[in-house]
Amino acid sequence: MPAPAPIKAGTLRSEQIILFRIGEQLFALSSSSVQEVRGADSLSGGAYEVSAPGIDKVRQFVRRGGNTLFLVSGAAHFGLSAPDGILAFVLRNTRTALLVDSIERMTAMTRLQALPLSFCHEERQWYRGLTALDQTVVPVVRPEGFLSGEELMMLDAALPSPEAFIEETEAEEDTDSGAELN
Amino acid sequence: MTVSADLELKSFVLLRLGERRFAVAADGTAELVAPSRVFRFPHNTAKIEGVILRRGRIVPVCDIAETLIGKYLTSRRFYLIALRHYGQRTEWVALPVTGECELINAELTPASPSDEPHVAGWLSHGGDVIEVLNLSALTPGSTEFFPHPATREQLGAHLTRPSKGEARP
Repeated sequence: MPAPAPIKAGTLRSEQIILFRIGEQLFALSSSSVQEVRGADSLSGGAYEVSAPGIDKVRQFVRRGGNTLFLVSGAAHFGLSAPDGILAFVLRNTRTALLVDSIERMTAMTRLQALPLSFCHEERQWYRGLTALDQTVVPVVRPEGFLSGEELMMLDAALPSPEAFIEETEAEEDTDSGAELN
Repeated sequence: MTVSADLELKSFVLLRLGERRFAVAADGTAELVAPSRVFRFPHNTAKIEGVILRRGRIVPVCDIAETLIGKYLTSRRFYLIALRHYGQRTEWVALPVTGECELINAELTPASPSDEPHVAGWLSHGGDVIEVLNLSALTPGSTEFFPHPATREQLGAHLTRPSKGEARP
């Protein structure tokens, strides 16, 4: 009896991700959702203070063109005891600039497992799911999960009036040292 | 033994937490695995310690000891992989246990209204009366969970969809 034809290995679709750290904790984020990676200093240099009750993870915002970006402390968001990060991920299609400590590396994931249903609190908004890389499990964060609609409304309400700060000009933005991704 | 007596017996897995023993229905368990690395990440769900990797699948570790015996297990632990129902869905959960488990056949006495919600019933074995656990009441998880639209979209659009066999234990 002839041996069955070998099964052709299917081409696994993969997704490029950035592995990054906040404190000691490793996270993953789709690289397509990161618009820029900047030094936190370069971003916060033009930042203004904002304080909304109950939203301790945001203490600064920046004006970019007509948009307002909120600098979100990744450590505070996840409840980690770590200082604010020194890198900022400007997340595409959001109003979040996420402060992280370091980029571990870029890699690809081929499988994203939904967060087990046992996890039933805020983490369901924080994570798209979990992925296993090199026998390690890494949570894959959801870019839009850092600031809820309600939090954005509260932060917007807490913004100072436009006259209270000098709006960044487009020209100034061009001189910033951010690295565009994609 | 008569046929009718046979029919009344069910299979249970006896597990040990510290000095106490409990039981779960055998058809609600998958396997007992040796101690393995627990991966931890930030979350706000009580009782969930983290996850373990088992056969390529990520399984949450749920410590039921504090509820049942009033303290966490600190000694070397095995994990009893059990099935947890969430409405129509079923997933694995890893329950830390002390030592190995035992498969027995016993007669189930249903729980009474005065029993704790996590008690599915009682059985008698080796001179002990043992609680049969209702994992749905003992482990966290909402039965009314609806996946975030972005999760469904991302899983379907960008990644290899797991096979039907992977989706459910």
